[in-house]
Amino acid sequence: MTTVQTILRWRGPDGGVRGWFGRQPRLVRWTLLAAIAAGAYALPYVGEVPVIGPQIVTEGVDWRTALFNISYFVLLALGLNVVVGFAGLLDLGYVGFFAVGAYTVALLASPNSDFKTNWPWLATVPVAIVITMISGVLLGWPTLRLRGDYLAIVTLGFAEIIRIFAENTTLLRGDRGFSGIPHPPGKHADGTPIFGVRDAGPYYWLGVSLIIVIVLAIRNLDRSRVGRSWLAIREDEDAAAIMGVRTFKYKLWAFAIGACVGGLGGVMFAGQNGFMNSASFQIQFSVLILAGVVMGGSGNIAGAILGGALISYIPDRLRGVEIAGQDAFQYRFLMFGIAIILIMIFRPQGLIPSRRRAMELKDRAKEVAPQ
Amino acid sequence: MSEPHIETPEWEDETARRPVDEPIPADPVAGTVPAQRAPSDGQALLEVDNLSLRFGGVLALDRVSFSLREGEIFGLIGPNGAGKTTCFNALTGVYKPSGGEIRFRGQVVTGRKKHQITAMGIARTFQNIRLFPEMTALENVMVGADARHKTSVISALFRLPRHWREEREGREKSMELLRFVGIDHRAGEVSRNLSYGEQRRLEIARALATEPTLLCLDEPAAGFNPAEKDSLLKLIRAIRERGITVLLIEHDMRLVMGVCDRLVVLEFGKKIAEGVPAEVRDDPRVVAAYLGVPADAA
Amino acid sequence: MHFDDLAHNWGPLTASGLAQGAIYALFALGYTLVYGVLRLINFAHSEVFMVGSYAALITWGFFGLDENSATPPTTEVIGYVVLGVLVAAAISGITALVVELVAYRPLRRHNAPPLAFLITAIGASLVISEAVGVATHRNQRGVPPLIQPADAFTIGNTHVTNLEILIILLTLVMMVGLDRFINRTRLGRGIRAVAQSPDTAALMGVNKDRVISLVFLIGGLMAGIAAVMYLFKIGTTRYDAGFSLGIAAFTAAVLGGIGNLRGAVVGGIIIGLFENYGSALFGSNYRNVVTFVVLIVILMFRPSGILGEALGRARA
Repeated sequence: MTTVQTILRWRGPDGGVRGWFGRQPRLVRWTLLAAIAAGAYALPYVGEVPVIGPQIVTEGVDWRTALFNISYFVLLALGLNVVVGFAGLLDLGYVGFFAVGAYTVALLASPNSDFKTNWPWLATVPVAIVITMISGVLLGWPTLRLRGDYLAIVTLGFAEIIRIFAENTTLLRGDRGFSGIPHPPGKHADGTPIFGVRDAGPYYWLGVSLIIVIVLAIRNLDRSRVGRSWLAIREDEDAAAIMGVRTFKYKLWAFAIGACVGGLGGVMFAGQNGFMNSASFQIQFSVLILAGVVMGGSGNIAGAILGGALISYIPDRLRGVEIAGQDAFQYRFLMFGIAIILIMIFRPQGLIPSRRRAMELKDRAKEVAPQ
Repeated sequence: MSEPHIETPEWEDETARRPVDEPIPADPVAGTVPAQRAPSDGQALLEVDNLSLRFGGVLALDRVSFSLREGEIFGLIGPNGAGKTTCFNALTGVYKPSGGEIRFRGQVVTGRKKHQITAMGIARTFQNIRLFPEMTALENVMVGADARHKTSVISALFRLPRHWREEREGREKSMELLRFVGIDHRAGEVSRNLSYGEQRRLEIARALATEPTLLCLDEPAAGFNPAEKDSLLKLIRAIRERGITVLLIEHDMRLVMGVCDRLVVLEFGKKIAEGVPAEVRDDPRVVAAYLGVPADAA
Repeated sequence: MHFDDLAHNWGPLTASGLAQGAIYALFALGYTLVYGVLRLINFAHSEVFMVGSYAALITWGFFGLDENSATPPTTEVIGYVVLGVLVAAAISGITALVVELVAYRPLRRHNAPPLAFLITAIGASLVISEAVGVATHRNQRGVPPLIQPADAFTIGNTHVTNLEILIILLTLVMMVGLDRFINRTRLGRGIRAVAQSPDTAALMGVNKDRVISLVFLIGGLMAGIAAVMYLFKIGTTRYDAGFSLGIAAFTAAVLGGIGNLRGAVVGGIIIGLFENYGSALFGSNYRNVVTFVVLIVILMFRPSGILGEALGRARA
């Protein structure tokens, strides 16, 4: 094996941090997790930590906004992880669900909208969730019976169709977009609203809270017959079906859940930015999220969180840095495209491997066909 | 709409697959759990009616007909490539027949979805073991047990009482089945790491977890040494004691003669003989098909 | 919907559609060949195409030709076109080979699951398109007017241009050549063998790696040629030009029967026509929507395509 491969070689399912963590008693684990969550809430203040603080904080973009970006990227990575990592369905058009969520909010709440309904932000959230889930089911119903590679390209088509409609219909206002999207409710003691465009902090905290809720929900599903069914489908779909697993139903649920979480990301994005247009929903964005899931480690929640954070944080951190006459931010897709390829070759289980996935890949490598 | 993936029957050197000094799994603990239903008086449980299956130019099954009575152990035998596994695949919804049909308790089975067939009460094991490799033995069996559970996604999400109850029941039932087949001491082991014999038994436990009325075993003794085959024989009888009808594909004549009530013999997709083992064994067509009956069947 | 547009322009739309279809057919070959042999959708193929288009433009740039130049005399034009086609084909072919070597071969060695291949494919696609995008500042680039479209002949009130004739003829020549190659040569037999059963072919002495590289190379060459014709037909290119054409070409491959070479031609022509008619009906912005809907419908009702899947049975 080459040096690079040796360095990156995964050490063993029971080794490293993951193994240690798993062996701690329940109380210790939950306390640690609570501490991490508390740390997450405190991140807006990390700039004040001496020495390393200023290194971590982004320069080209406001730190709180960067944190908020991380939060909705993590949300999207979690959602895509359910589809790709748990159920094993390659969805290349995940940005489509993000768009459906965002556009639902815009259409119902923005003063630019043809609907002229002018709802408050909070009221649009349940509607956005329902509509996104419906779109997930609508997309999944005809397509989930297809082979994996066909499914990939059809999901790509779905996102593209949404983008084309967004660009070309007057209802969705193309690149003129929607502005004046309202914010979640709440006022400080002095009457100023908590959520606004200038200070992304409250949005970030809302994002973290949502992430915690979603993580708990996904965890519940994973440790139940649903998670078992997803794993069975991933390992051997036909055998699973013969053992009585309703494969179509669970695949559809994975899609719906992924869609719902994606839509939530869109809802947050629309609110915080106050403005959105069709340019926000390119195909490359779907691939970027996929890169995050794959890099972090697909099939496990911690991996998705790490991956989602990285694909948002690294480009934002590099903003303001110039490479060959262009802002480094422009290189983000290129960077993560390369990362995808490298990870797939050298460490396909990702940075934080799910124990199962790592073993699965190791065994496949052993049973290599004759060349 | 899915195309059949054609499993080419591979010639495998059975004894070469297994290390010689592997421990023999414990005998099944028959009778420790009450039988699921009493063996009944033998009405037709399964009717295979003029079943034909064509792959492109190849006629894998040619108007095969036979029927099983409830409570019997029925053998489906024949040389390699005769169409036995193809028959199983048609029965469990993997293939759609080109002609004829299969009826289970009077209801048509062919053309239904795989999980529907399982719900009707038909379970199977596979010729080349298809366990879920990264799941533990217990988890494998619990997937089978899930087939009878009603917990919805919402129940699981919100941890409603039904979820807890069915998880507990599923776990208990799965452990019981692991004990029944004799591998409960390996319950927490990832199924990929189990020995060959343990894996075969695990597959049977998993199939039993779906609470079938008919259990289809596809070469369950492949690669077993004589002592293990005896143990398996006892297990199959114990399964019948629990009220489950067994349909068995097997090559080993001694096992077949020892445990089956009736047999059907296929060759090149056609039925060439049917009846009790003694009759079939002496049927000249059967002898010819096997190019001389092997010595250990005498 | 503009029905009268469609009815009125039916002739020119058909002629243009056939030419477009020919381009798709050549482009689709790359998808269908790779899928037939590896069961992989080579998402990076669209970038192989795009790279070829830039290669031709840059070559012509060396001679001082850009979108603002005057048309050179005919003898020179022939030279430039041939040179452009050769360079584009070569660069596209090389790019395809590099992608196979760098991105897919290591995964084959590790016996990676199919999902990994798809993920890498999309990663490779992203890398190439973004690299070009960053290098070109995401601007589009125009084509020197080497071929002035002129009416070659007229059927009824339909004018068929010289460009359209050229494209269709060139495609026919390439297809016939490829067909002969696959059916009559030893290498072609090797390709068919690997498509049908990789392990058996390997046991029979076929060098699987070489066959796979060859398949990528052929697909790349065809894509490069298609790219040059695309340049003349459309007049510009951009870092993301491969994407929507790639979708159309892939749809064509599936429509005709993935893995089936003649199917790629049939599929290409049908998609080319459909897209043109669809553009007239719904507006050209919805081109891709038409294509995707066609793809979804085919996959749902006849996933094996019109001529059926079969690289092995080339006569089918």
